[in-house]
Amino acid sequence: MPSITALRSRVESSLAGRIPAPFAYRDRRVVDTASSGIPEIDLLAGGLPRGGLTEICGPPCSGRTSLLLSALAARTAQAEVCALVDGRDGFDPHAAQAAGVQLEQLLWVRCREMEQALRATDLLLRGGGFGLIAVDLADMAPETVRGVPLNAWFRFRRAIEDTPAILLLLEQESNAKTCASLVLRLDAEPARWLATCEDPGSLRHSWTCLLDGFGVRAEKIHARVQPVKEIVFAGPPWRTAGAADSSGIFQTRTGWSYLNQPKTK
Amino acid sequence: MAFACLHIPDFLVQAVVRSEPALRGRALALVEGTPPLCRVVAASEAAIAAGIELGMAKAQAEQFRGVEIRRRSLEQERNAHAALLDLGGSFSPRLEDTAPDAILLDLAGLDALFGGAETVARQLAQGALGLGLAARVAVAANPEAALHAARAPISGFGFDPDRTTGVQQPDLSGRGFPGVTVIPAGQEAAHLGPLPIGVLGPSAEALETLDRWGVRTCAALAALPVLDLSERLGPEGVRLHEWARGAGRRSLLLAEPALCFEEELTLDYEVAELEPLAFLLSRLLEALCARLAARSLAASALRLRLQLAPMESGQAPGGYEKCLSLPVPLRNSKLLLNLLRLQLQADPPPAPIRAIFLAADPARPRVTQGGFFLPSGPDPETLELTLARLAHLVGESRVGSPQLMDTHRPEAFRMRRFVPGGQAPDRSSQAAPAAREHRSFAAGCKYSPHPSGFRIFRPALPARVEMRAGRPAIVYFHGLRGEVLAASGPWRTSGDWWGKDSWQQDEWDLEIRFAFSGSRRTANPSLQPLQLQQRGPQRGLYRFSYDEIRRVWLVRGVYD
Repeated sequence: MPSITALRSRVESSLAGRIPAPFAYRDRRVVDTASSGIPEIDLLAGGLPRGGLTEICGPPCSGRTSLLLSALAARTAQAEVCALVDGRDGFDPHAAQAAGVQLEQLLWVRCREMEQALRATDLLLRGGGFGLIAVDLADMAPETVRGVPLNAWFRFRRAIEDTPAILLLLEQESNAKTCASLVLRLDAEPARWLATCEDPGSLRHSWTCLLDGFGVRAEKIHARVQPVKEIVFAGPPWRTAGAADSSGIFQTRTGWSYLNQPKTK
Repeated sequence: MAFACLHIPDFLVQAVVRSEPALRGRALALVEGTPPLCRVVAASEAAIAAGIELGMAKAQAEQFRGVEIRRRSLEQERNAHAALLDLGGSFSPRLEDTAPDAILLDLAGLDALFGGAETVARQLAQGALGLGLAARVAVAANPEAALHAARAPISGFGFDPDRTTGVQQPDLSGRGFPGVTVIPAGQEAAHLGPLPIGVLGPSAEALETLDRWGVRTCAALAALPVLDLSERLGPEGVRLHEWARGAGRRSLLLAEPALCFEEELTLDYEVAELEPLAFLLSRLLEALCARLAARSLAASALRLRLQLAPMESGQAPGGYEKCLSLPVPLRNSKLLLNLLRLQLQADPPPAPIRAIFLAADPARPRVTQGGFFLPSGPDPETLELTLARLAHLVGESRVGSPQLMDTHRPEAFRMRRFVPGGQAPDRSSQAAPAAREHRSFAAGCKYSPHPSGFRIFRPALPARVEMRAGRPAIVYFHGLRGEVLAASGPWRTSGDWWGKDSWQQDEWDLEIRFAFSGSRRTANPSLQPLQLQQRGPQRGLYRFSYDEIRRVWLVRGVYD
């Protein structure tokens, strides 16, 4: 009976050239992360993991696009080149610019169907060099996205492993299963309206109130990896603890809401 | 001083073989003329050995088995000559365009760059081989000696058994120095002596006269008294005497090679498939890129022109043109071929192809200095190919960077070619500018604001709205019914009223509650932006607009 050492050296020599150091332990759990542009999300999840797939899921009007635009703004502000695979051509460049996205650093691929979106993602992953690749399938029917075979997500994950890129997937429900390094579920909080004049009854009239924004509750469903850095937030008004929490809330604001002081309805 | 002559023997044959490398080493005869008067004008050594003779009729030449017959190609000769000039220009700026098959270079000052004369000569020969041309290079102290040594014809070759002289002795049956020859200064006469006087290019009368005298080699001509020679043959005799001694002195007529990078190929048989066309294009691209590399240039655009077979008999041949403009100058033949293939796949030629013309617009290669603190972006060459593949997948107009237009028209933007800039990251703050503005304003406010995202419905969804007290109360769209909980509006926008494309609309922001008993499906499964699975009431924030011109309600998008 050959010894363990002899067996190990035999396996290593037969795999030499194809798989370096097959028995070397690699700690996959500690990865580098990047800011999403929203401190509450960074506190909740430790940031968006580089070299991994992040799923942002939730129903319509749950804040997924707000999170996407913040992430694009944060990455393009760092001079990273980003790409957006738009599954149903729903991207609004005006809202993106208002959110701080530098449009000249953004490659927008306007797809018409799921097959195009998957192939475009594959091309971008193979091309490489992007800091963030966002695949927006939020407007696609859940059963259409559910029909994507699991090996497609696995292939995407393998393609982005060991690269500094972030792969962000927006959809209505989680589909990538264990292929995702991070899964966040978003839900909408009530909308906020503000009055354009001092009259207390002005909020009853449609022409004297403006949409101020809405809240987003984010829940961390799954995190496969441990971020390198931990953000500790201390103080009011929202958070007092760190990485152990699994949900958080952030508020969005519309572009014209700075005209007046906010008042809740 | 040293001068190098780069000579392409059997230039007509080599020009054709350059475009068809498979013919190299094989018996090949070139014919020229209008049928039935086509005659052989050039032939390779193997064809000569097989019995082909110059001037033979084409029909006669076709009787020889194993001999390939091709038409002489002036385009190929032009391309080969241009490639030769590019190669010479990459070594020395002082070059003379002596003949279609020969160029002369002044090697002065090249020692520090390329090494000695022999090194330069070998690199020239190697460079010519890279361009698909087998060249002979001769170096001498004056241009005429170098030219004659390089152009001396070759058949056999014998070495001088007396190695002390170091002189290569050619076969007197007519062939000179193969490969690379370096004639040391002062030994020109010894090297040129055994060569036939035909290499000096005498006139027919002078050659006949010298032949009657029994003077057949350069050494014999050099031994004649120059005064008597001048009396019998005039200035030509003096000139020939000087060349025979290897003592000619003249300056080079400097040529400035034009920055013209073109390759042409006329096909013997029409090509109708993309794969064989791609094979031919790859050969032309390799030749173009090699010439660009020789001049330290790259291609900023590629122009492809195809001559097509006529659709019907009697019609003139058609044409097909494509221009591939590159945001970054490229010199990678494989990448350029992939880009051309994608274009041809998207828009294939309508008829079989008879001739191919490919030209490159030269530009200096882009040199970028990466910043130590800048994140690395996509490789320009890989990015160009990725963009071309994406354009082939979704359409050229649907890939790029959005650029907002300077107008108040809603959703006005254009797609422009994606060229990532190299700006430095904003180190003044880690957040995006808009978020910084939000924070600075919200300092002291209760909320931590972030811009609300908005998703557009393209095209906008038609809707029906029931108004109550001047505001929307119930809305119907996309098979859904919703109750309006809160409304903001109307906010009127209009513009371009002076033109035909005027617009005027009232916008509303509505908070809507939908009541579901289960998931809703529309008749058209492809239009399902509002597909919901959960039970119970659902809320959403939507932007509606009433188009005053068309008098319809539309759902523009949703806040997400």
